[in-house]
Amino acid sequence: MIRFEHVTITYPDATAPTLVDVSFEVPEGELCLVVGVTGSGKSTLLRAVNGLVPRFSGGVLAGSVVINGKSTADLPPRDLADVVGVVGQDPAAGFVTDYVEDELAYAMENLGVAPEVMRRRVEDILDLLGLHEIRHRPLASLSGGQQQRVAIGSVLTAGPRVLVLDEPTSALDPAAAEEVLAALTRLVHDLGITVLIAEHRLERVVQYADRIVMVPGDGRPVVVGTPAEVFGQSSVAPPVVELGRLAGWSPLPLSVRDARRLAGPLRERLAEVELSAFRRTSRVVGDVVAITDGLQASYGPITALRGIELQFRAGEVVALMGRNGAGKSTLLNHLVGLREPASGTVRVMGAEPHRLSAHDVVRVAGLVPQDSGVLLYHDTVAAECSASDRDAGLDSGTTRSVLDQIVPDVNPTAHPRDLSEGQRLGLALSIVLASEPPLLLLDEPTRGLDYGAKQRLVELLSRLADEGHAVVIATHDVEVVAAVADRCVVLAEGEVVSDGPARDVVIHSPVFAPQVAKVLAPLPLLTVHEVELALAAVGDLPFS
Amino acid sequence: MTAPRMLHPGAWWLWAVALAACALRTTNPVLLSLIIAVAGWVVVSRRTDVPWSRSFASFLRLGLIVVVFRVVFQILFGVRVPGTTLFSIPEVTLPSWAAGVSLGGPVTLESLMAALYQGLRLATVLACFGAATSLCSPYRMLRALPTVLYEAGVAVTVAFTFAPQAIVASRQVREARRLRGRSDRGLRAWSASALPVLEGALDRAVALAASMDSRGYGRRGGASVSQRRRSVGLVLLGLVALTIGSYGLLDPAAPAAFRLPALAVGVIALVGSLVAGGRSAERTRYRPDPWVKPEWIVSVAGIVAFASFVFADRMGDALNPSTNPLEVPAVPVVAVLGLLIATLPAWFAPPPPTLAAVSTSMAVAA
Repeated sequence: MIRFEHVTITYPDATAPTLVDVSFEVPEGELCLVVGVTGSGKSTLLRAVNGLVPRFSGGVLAGSVVINGKSTADLPPRDLADVVGVVGQDPAAGFVTDYVEDELAYAMENLGVAPEVMRRRVEDILDLLGLHEIRHRPLASLSGGQQQRVAIGSVLTAGPRVLVLDEPTSALDPAAAEEVLAALTRLVHDLGITVLIAEHRLERVVQYADRIVMVPGDGRPVVVGTPAEVFGQSSVAPPVVELGRLAGWSPLPLSVRDARRLAGPLRERLAEVELSAFRRTSRVVGDVVAITDGLQASYGPITALRGIELQFRAGEVVALMGRNGAGKSTLLNHLVGLREPASGTVRVMGAEPHRLSAHDVVRVAGLVPQDSGVLLYHDTVAAECSASDRDAGLDSGTTRSVLDQIVPDVNPTAHPRDLSEGQRLGLALSIVLASEPPLLLLDEPTRGLDYGAKQRLVELLSRLADEGHAVVIATHDVEVVAAVADRCVVLAEGEVVSDGPARDVVIHSPVFAPQVAKVLAPLPLLTVHEVELALAAVGDLPFS
Repeated sequence: MTAPRMLHPGAWWLWAVALAACALRTTNPVLLSLIIAVAGWVVVSRRTDVPWSRSFASFLRLGLIVVVFRVVFQILFGVRVPGTTLFSIPEVTLPSWAAGVSLGGPVTLESLMAALYQGLRLATVLACFGAATSLCSPYRMLRALPTVLYEAGVAVTVAFTFAPQAIVASRQVREARRLRGRSDRGLRAWSASALPVLEGALDRAVALAASMDSRGYGRRGGASVSQRRRSVGLVLLGLVALTIGSYGLLDPAAPAAFRLPALAVGVIALVGSLVAGGRSAERTRYRPDPWVKPEWIVSVAGIVAFASFVFADRMGDALNPSTNPLEVPAVPVVAVLGLLIATLPAWFAPPPPTLAAVSTSMAVAA
């Protein structure tokens, strides 16, 4: 169905090709997962499927991409619309109309589908993706998960045989991600659609994949195979696979269900030892850095926050969790003074942040926004770094050294917009982190980061917390919460529904529990690292 | 009261273009201010609450900048008009090859007022464009465009969505500057953020164009290459002729052939391209935007206002008050009445559906 033959893609002004001699084939009706480290060229590969690369990006594509017997060299994306449907990383950026139904019909209008057929197909897709309740809603009023499903529906109505999705769940909370993935597996199983999907959060998708295309980057050849084959050797693997490797299970488990069926002996062994010693301990916290008192916020008549009472202390990492639209970003914006409270107060280091000047506010609170690219507006990475040093009055080179700790080897002469999602986030993070504000706020920092980059981020955040920063991360990534958070605050509909030690909050939640906790429940271990410590301490590793 | 729905985008654009045409026929500051007021009143009454609907204020600001620039240019480089001298700036004697350009010299009240009127006229046209952008979704306008324009795919998308995307981008850049600890006020902040705003808006517009293209926008359909060339040629001819015709209609000094004959050629060419393109392009509509009573009221209100200006001009009313000698601008009653009619959409256009209404009704249901 999809055939890449010796494809090499070079962007204009690039010193080296992004993809080198990529050849693989995806047969009809498979769900194929594209994995690889941040910046390895996954998005480029996906966008080459219907010819958006190089037609919209510039650059040169050598070799050939053949979809359903048609070469992308001969046909522009618009003439492949009935064969390939592409959903980009930010679904809202691709919306053409204002309402759900119009958006679903848009592709069919362009294809000239008869009005009666259009009406019927829109109904079918509404049912298939569970969108019938929101069919008349404006697109701007939808939650992230709903937007993603509408974006999928809007390409599906054209009746494509191939669906290409770039990180469809990266911006979604765990429940919404399940919704989207369930819809995708239905499409594969019920309609035989071929799906090509790129995703960093393997723990969410790997159990649905028939085939993995591993893009290693650096010009090394791609690895193609079944999930078990690829993860047997790959450094990029979800926690459940890591646990399987540690325990020496064969075949390697890909889902929590597989792992749980193999984990009986491991659980028995671990139950014999006192586990509390091997758990990551909470940090010693210091003074209150930020405090909100009866904080209310509203957008027009919509109330976004309802009487938030929270304290953030120096030296703790707080995870802010909750559905898309629960008020997490709004709370962060208030803490950094981008918005003025409708009522109640926010105080950071004793000052109300919205009253501080821009120059003073960065000294008390720093925020990396969700769309981190908006922080960057210089021509080169080096210029961004030196501007950041200048703005914050730091020694020159500080920002660059922080950047090297998060994402090493970023080309200093590259334009920030040409960096991959993960590298760009790394750069934005380092600009905010460089001035080391006492209160550090991160909105979805792990979006687009591979496991290695996430691990480096976790280490960096731990170090900053140990140095006495209060770190608040709004995130859907339960694995990161398990690895770094001391405290977890869950928001729903603008209210705090739960606030307590991260371990207690996530372990009892079917939605927020990390994979290791699900496999080992009721044992209170959250990460592979903790299991490793526990096994090493009992002195026997009978499973390896 | 009619049920909330979006008005046909063509009706809003017709109304706004008619108001802009009124503005181009006059330099009377009273009328120009009235036009801005009418546009503003209708925008405030009938805009929805999505990001692009806030663009009117930005267009007003842009208009203010235009006025200031016009006046400053007049002071520095303008043609010297005799009259009441307000102050003088040192005159630079230019070499003979630059004859006709003056730099410095006495600045008169008359010349300043003339510059102010002309700047205000441009600002008013901008305000009318801003009103159209805030009142109707750029996306609906894109969908309503004739098939033959699809040849220009990306360019058309960028043209129609650039302004609203720039509004969103400018808010982001302002927030980002604050997060980076730079001042978000003052001229330096403004000039430093201009480039990122333009880049951001362009990026967004191109991303949208890519999404539209991969969903079949501008497909070749069944038409052969020669058929397509013919219809594209007709469109180009039609647009050029229409542009010349509109210019002729707006500028009373233009030659007569630039008016109705040019318009007629344009309309015939466009209709011809629609017929030629329509036969070959396979494109259908899902729930087409209706054109019913409110659409008629809005578009006729605009046209009546324009007609009143043309009528006032014929009657010899002071659409272009004299600035030399300077006199207090008269208020032409017919033109004012016409503008009053142009406010009718504030009541007779259906209110747009709002996001807030959707969310609160959901909250009630929950």
